[in-house]
Amino acid sequence: MEQIQQLLYQCIRDEARILTEKADLVSYSYDASFGSYMPEFVVQPLSTEEVASVIKLANNHKIPVYPRGQGTSLSGGPLPVRGGIVLDLSQWTSKLEIDAENMLAIVSPGVTAQAINNAALLHGLIYPPDPSSMNIATIGGNLAENSGGPKGLKYGVTKDYVIGLEVVTPEGDVIRTGGKTMKNVTGYDLTKLIVGSEGTLGVITEAILRLYPKPQATETLMAQFDDIVDAGRAISNILSAGIIPAKLEIMDRASVEAVEAYRPSGLPTNIDALILIELDGHPEAIKDEIKRVNDVCLKDNARAVQIAQTKEEAAQLWQARKLVSPAIVRLKPTKISEDATVPRSKIPEMFQRLKEIREKYNVDLVVFGHAGDGNLHPNIIADERDAEEMRRVEKAVEEIFRTAIELGGTLSGEHGIGTLKAPFMEMELGAVGVDMMKRIKQAWDPNDILNPGKIFPEPNQRFVLTND
Amino acid sequence: MTELAYQETLSCVQCGYCLPTCPTYVTFQKETHSPRGRINLVKMAAEGKITYDEISEAIDLCLGCRACETACPTNVEYGKILESAVEVLTVHKEQQMKSRMKTVKSLLFNQVVPNKNVQKVLGTGLAIYQKTGLQKVMHKTNALNILPENLHSFETILPTVEGPMKRNKRKMHYTVQNQKPVFKVGFFVGCIMDTMFSSINTMSMKLLQQAGCEVTVIKEQGCCGALHQHSGLSDKTRQLAKRNIEAFEQYEFDYVVNSIGGCGAMLGEYPQLLAGEADWVKRAINFSAKSVDISVILSQLSLPFKNDLPYVVTYQPSCHMTNVQKRVDEPLHMINSIPGIELMPLPEAHMCCGSAGIYNIIRYNHSMKILDEKMKHVKLLQQRPNIIVTTNPGCHLQMKLGVEREGLAETVRVVHLVELLAEACGIEA
Repeated sequence: MEQIQQLLYQCIRDEARILTEKADLVSYSYDASFGSYMPEFVVQPLSTEEVASVIKLANNHKIPVYPRGQGTSLSGGPLPVRGGIVLDLSQWTSKLEIDAENMLAIVSPGVTAQAINNAALLHGLIYPPDPSSMNIATIGGNLAENSGGPKGLKYGVTKDYVIGLEVVTPEGDVIRTGGKTMKNVTGYDLTKLIVGSEGTLGVITEAILRLYPKPQATETLMAQFDDIVDAGRAISNILSAGIIPAKLEIMDRASVEAVEAYRPSGLPTNIDALILIELDGHPEAIKDEIKRVNDVCLKDNARAVQIAQTKEEAAQLWQARKLVSPAIVRLKPTKISEDATVPRSKIPEMFQRLKEIREKYNVDLVVFGHAGDGNLHPNIIADERDAEEMRRVEKAVEEIFRTAIELGGTLSGEHGIGTLKAPFMEMELGAVGVDMMKRIKQAWDPNDILNPGKIFPEPNQRFVLTND
Repeated sequence: MTELAYQETLSCVQCGYCLPTCPTYVTFQKETHSPRGRINLVKMAAEGKITYDEISEAIDLCLGCRACETACPTNVEYGKILESAVEVLTVHKEQQMKSRMKTVKSLLFNQVVPNKNVQKVLGTGLAIYQKTGLQKVMHKTNALNILPENLHSFETILPTVEGPMKRNKRKMHYTVQNQKPVFKVGFFVGCIMDTMFSSINTMSMKLLQQAGCEVTVIKEQGCCGALHQHSGLSDKTRQLAKRNIEAFEQYEFDYVVNSIGGCGAMLGEYPQLLAGEADWVKRAINFSAKSVDISVILSQLSLPFKNDLPYVVTYQPSCHMTNVQKRVDEPLHMINSIPGIELMPLPEAHMCCGSAGIYNIIRYNHSMKILDEKMKHVKLLQQRPNIIVTTNPGCHLQMKLGVEREGLAETVRVVHLVELLAEACGIEA
């Protein structure tokens, strides 16, 4: 320990960026998911050289290293489950260059997606991926977890915007993948391999991201439905009419009820579903499109449809969706947010199955999410101090995963596997699928020092949702 | 009630949405100094997994600005968690503190802050120091350099304090002539405010009068208790709260008005403070419902503006005004109502200036780092403002210090919103 500490001082230029006090170690022992694990050191590098030298040191001494952004992961990505070094990259925000000519951003790992988007806006450009934590989470974390957000339907997710990376390998070497060109087929696409690898294959130290022209205008619409199946049909019909909304969000009855109980805004609580749609593009085009969306909704039995006339009205309509989280935690303190994703056509069926799961396990389950891309967020509200309830919740979540896979979907649309969902990997990928991934990991990281204990289940690991 | 607010910590889902709102996280750059970090430390301490001494630095360095509460999607009661931790740590430290320090601290909080007479003497001393020219001599001869840096810094930015003659001459009652008053107002003067900035209190009352209110200063009022509460002395705070509730209950006021962001926040939180005392809760709720910031009343009424003020101004809101009183629009509305004013929004205005009660005195170096961040944002403005407007005496002094440290004292004035309104109405203290 003492010896490692001395060696770390040689890697990092400023001693203040090597944390060893207990209060500091405790503060990097968690993320936004479950569980708490104490690291031995927290190191805050500010350059590629510093990262590379820490990783070399760790590789030589076989010390686990856990890269971390701002700790907003919902799947346990940065948790130091085997102790060792937490590599806090959140303070490394020095580079945020906009190459307007090539419509690119070149950024350090600690910069937030929000900051990238703000910088792009100054050039009439946008960085589209919009995870709800985009104001906090680092781009390094977004890349490692391949995060998405409401705009996934039209614009895709983080991986669709990365064309080049600088990466420190688990043995401490520095490589560059991809580059500044849209087209690049030289060799394996390591960029896409690293993105979404959850920090197990390398530490991202710089990224080259694509930007888009800023859409000129937006339109917002809310539609209320008496039957969620109608809402699902309306969504399909909107898309098959050739209209791709920038965002397409759905809330079920329980989430509408919770929001109205929390901050009443006059939404009827006896509706079965509510959808919120945002179109973006040329003002004339979307004015026409929003009318067509309106007509489709009415034809599919919407009880009421409202098109926002002003920006304020649009913000008002989105307010309902924004209030879901604060509204539901008023009931009980523990919130388990899942992101099981199904093919779009299966959304009504998924809603039905979730309803059955709610009844079967007697859990407080509300459902909302990105209906346009099939990425729902079933949220269970519980009290972690109630062990019996938590066991029911664990069973309900397991069944949610199983259902999503049965319907041709996936365990995780945007939160990642981390520690939390590792026990279910084989269910989705099969034994050989998991084994192929393990072989990649072994080839890249022979000493298993980079984010060990993630993605792949430990022997006999079961699904747990408690902090102890 | 010396117990950590453990139940409240359980509402934190550790999403991290509070991080970018926290001035100490942004400035000190580690999770330990973030709201999420502190909540977790309090939770761990309550579970016996970490000692009080180990969490003490993180708690001590919190400004208590409560910006985190505005970003929290699960409504964690951070203020309550922080206060419980401060109180528990205070008791813990007192058990270890040397007796001499205890006396000084007890003198400060039990005698000086709540005691009007002692403050008057202090205020008078300050006024003499400034009026006699001693202040100038001290400045010119650099005699002040013998003071420790933190006290020295504050000396250079102290406001011109009204002498005792002038302050004592202030009327206790401002009537409205030829018409029925729009509101009957009891005026809350505060203690630091009434010592350092009593002229602002006087102008406040004259403004209310001009807007058609009948204003009364009642003698029975006292300190709001905010500084005690933030220092973990909640028993004392409760005493002070009860004294104020009792005092104002005896009069029939429509509103109890103050011009002090921090005190206003405390007065509004009396119901939470006295939540455990059944016979007081209702009285506290009645009191707090009437207690408002001056901008709230003035924005409902109209002021007889006489002068155009051709100034470019920016506004640094008081954290407790924004995050606890939740009054964001009213001060802005008042600034914009002044003829001739051009208001430039301050980037990151929601970030605390680092004043935070007595934080800038007892945690001077940390406070200055936070202030430097704030001044960076002032310098980001496309046009250098003539004036920085504040709504709280602590922020007022701190921003003056910021202006002084940046060498802008010649060109940038720091004023309370009330002073600006008074200038536009041709009112003097």
